[in-house]
Amino acid sequence: MARFRVVLRATRRIWLPSVVSVLATAQTFTLDGISARPVRVEVDVHRGLPAFSLVGLPDAAVREARERVRAALANCGFDFPLQRIVANLAPASLRKAGPGLDLAIAAALLTASGQLDLERLARLALVGELALDGSVRPVPGVLAIAEAARERGVEAIAVPAENGPEAALVEGIDVICLESLNQLSALAAGEWTSVRPEPMALRLGPDGDAPDLADLRGQRHLRYALEVAAAGGHSLLMVGPPGAGKSLAASRLPSILPPLAPEEGLEVARIASACGRLGQGGGRPFRSPHHTVSPAGLVGGGNPPNPGEATLAHRGVLFLDELCEFRRDTLEALRAPLETGWVSIARAGSWRHLPCRFMLVAAANPCPCGRGDADPECSCAPLAVQRYQARLSGALADRIDVLAAIRQPSAAEIGGPPGEASAKVRERVVSARERQELRFGSGRCNAEMTPGEVRECALDEGAASLLADSYSRRRLSGRAHDRVLRLAQTVADLAGVETIGQEQMAQALQLRRRDRG
Amino acid sequence: MSEPRACPDCLRRSRLLAHLAPYIEKVATGTAGSRSPELLRLSNEDLVDAVAPKVATQVLAQVMAVPEGVLTADLLAAQCWACCRHDSRYPLGLRDAADAPWALIGRGDPSLLERLEPDGAVTVVGARRASSYGREVARELGRDLAAAGFLVVSGLAFGIDACTHRGALDGGVTVAVLGCGVDVAYPAAHRSLWRRICESGLVLSELPPGTGPWRWTFPARNRIMAALAGMTVVVEAAQRSGSLITADLAADLGRDLGAVPGPVNSRASAGTNELLAGGACLVRGAQDVLDAMLGPGVQMATPTGLDLEPRLRTVLAAVESGEQTCDAIAARLDLSGAEAAAALATLEALGYVSCSLVGVYSRTLLAAPGV
Repeated sequence: MARFRVVLRATRRIWLPSVVSVLATAQTFTLDGISARPVRVEVDVHRGLPAFSLVGLPDAAVREARERVRAALANCGFDFPLQRIVANLAPASLRKAGPGLDLAIAAALLTASGQLDLERLARLALVGELALDGSVRPVPGVLAIAEAARERGVEAIAVPAENGPEAALVEGIDVICLESLNQLSALAAGEWTSVRPEPMALRLGPDGDAPDLADLRGQRHLRYALEVAAAGGHSLLMVGPPGAGKSLAASRLPSILPPLAPEEGLEVARIASACGRLGQGGGRPFRSPHHTVSPAGLVGGGNPPNPGEATLAHRGVLFLDELCEFRRDTLEALRAPLETGWVSIARAGSWRHLPCRFMLVAAANPCPCGRGDADPECSCAPLAVQRYQARLSGALADRIDVLAAIRQPSAAEIGGPPGEASAKVRERVVSARERQELRFGSGRCNAEMTPGEVRECALDEGAASLLADSYSRRRLSGRAHDRVLRLAQTVADLAGVETIGQEQMAQALQLRRRDRG
Repeated sequence: MSEPRACPDCLRRSRLLAHLAPYIEKVATGTAGSRSPELLRLSNEDLVDAVAPKVATQVLAQVMAVPEGVLTADLLAAQCWACCRHDSRYPLGLRDAADAPWALIGRGDPSLLERLEPDGAVTVVGARRASSYGREVARELGRDLAAAGFLVVSGLAFGIDACTHRGALDGGVTVAVLGCGVDVAYPAAHRSLWRRICESGLVLSELPPGTGPWRWTFPARNRIMAALAGMTVVVEAAQRSGSLITADLAADLGRDLGAVPGPVNSRASAGTNELLAGGACLVRGAQDVLDAMLGPGVQMATPTGLDLEPRLRTVLAAVESGEQTCDAIAARLDLSGAEAAAALATLEALGYVSCSLVGVYSRTLLAAPGV
């Protein structure tokens, strides 16, 4: 029997005509973290048993493109070739993820089967997910893809109509909005030209109905600490009983930060787009991960690595509520990114460098029961309080500049008039930031001062002696000494003075986070 | 001046204690009649019979056979010296006690032994689980007593003991009495404190170098602390605290007993408040200790800070009236957050207030001028 089969194959090979195959390619991009990588789709249609195979490290969503493409082609009135189809996604070593390759695979298949003349489309990059009826669905990361396409000299990019305004943010490349696969043939035949869509409006500052700092009643010291932290980009720790207004204050912080610069706005939009969150309005992001978050969830991870909360909070605020409840290794993972403003994640075969320049705001209770050990109602054992507070000085606390002790506002305060509105505070913050940019160059703030720059802070005599006195009484460590100087510079910038005076130095000393001991 | 000396028999006694440590651990309990100080009152033979009857002769023979050269060599190797009850420098206070150690092993400055007499030393003890109030008081008390010329004796434990030592190191000389060998830094977290005391003060123990801590060694250590000083001050102690044992031992020896009052609703101060109710001397600060030990009228130079401008004075008054956070002070005095912050930082720099890890302010013992 086996022998018979061998003979049969040999005869068939002799009798069959030479294999006729047609090759077509289309260009597309796949999302790799928050940046896009080019992918060339090669489709080969040749005689054989009808089959459709997809090669080139596709993930599950890409592999399922076969079914979507088959149905979409049939439902748009095209023929699905009953031949042997091989689609290759080059480069073969790069993992391809997401459904955005559907459109390119369909286009290459149509060309290979002779149903579409893609001469014009050869200079086109195609991105989009196909529905079974042939309509084109939006995909994440179009902004990054359009930018990558422009950098590679692609003339035009075809994107889903819903992603059009996002792609139009990128100058120097034609944007074609597709609603359905049918439009592709009209486009190829030259019967239809797409109008470039209006670029979407990127909001750089907070919008009108964002939560306002006026909601924070009383809390004079906290308001002041928030203002200083915002003005210098300093990280902030709030300690106080539950319900005193820590979370409320943190969520108002973006509203007093200066508006984003246009290129910063684009950076934020690129990250939001890659994570499919661009629809949620622009402005500075505010992220508050729950304390059960894993290290990978916080700084990014997985294989291939995906951006984490730290990257999502880029140019915005990362709020860690209940700081002492976070896992130690999670907080530990945040240390280096806080210092450098970048997360580097290395995995076998892939390596990512994600931006994460955010303002860290943390909140904690003063003791396990939350009342604080100075409150007679506090039921915590002193040792438990000590152990709890030790967590405040470990791990991440090193990187925190400002401490605000919060108390329950009194009845008079909470029923009193609203506090100062965000817009007014923001004006002062913006003018303080302008002074810093004048000093260090654009985009930099006092919190990022290098040790060399810290030495150049101008102090008057009173301020210098106050600082020296605090230092020599061992109330300050060397690191805390520099931190106080950075803070004092911010306080002086807020006050609008050139030289740090005694008053400003005293305020900075009070605001600083306390070390143990 | 010559080194303090110890005779071989007394050194062998301390060696015997180290040998018997696990046996004593089994026998000694917290109840009266079998507390470790009571066991340690026994002679060598009786002690061995009481705690390890099965191996009594064997242990005794083994320890008595240790040659004198080995004993002194061991001390030298651990950079220690010893002083036995037959030496003239043996602390006067210990001579009163029937259960006094035969030999004291020491590390640090031996000339301080001369000063270590009941009139010139104060023992400060208290809870290991101390509140921030207790720690602050212990620190101030240690510093002020040391500054007034007393040797401040404590036990190097967590909490009150450590704060007392730290305060005393700022003000003068301190003596640590350990429940283990003097070359063993226990608890290990206090290694740097132990080193500082070795350098500038005195570390004492009745156990030979290298002996680890046992449960029974701490009450035994307490009896030495109680006997060394003319007054024992308990800073913070709960109802059944070990510090109260020290207080009992001191009272038994006829020493003065002082206690620092605490809030009546605070469990951490229940023991000290009870001591006060039972007639212990009220200790609010170093001056009260001075009054008790040297008679009233001896004025201690109370530390007084620099003069304050009116606004700082009102902020200080607000802290004294119990406001704890910068925010509360700002709200009470109708200051802006920035003004209150500046005032508090200035007061902190001047030493009038201190700030905890979580931003809670408390008044220090530094007196303000003209108030």
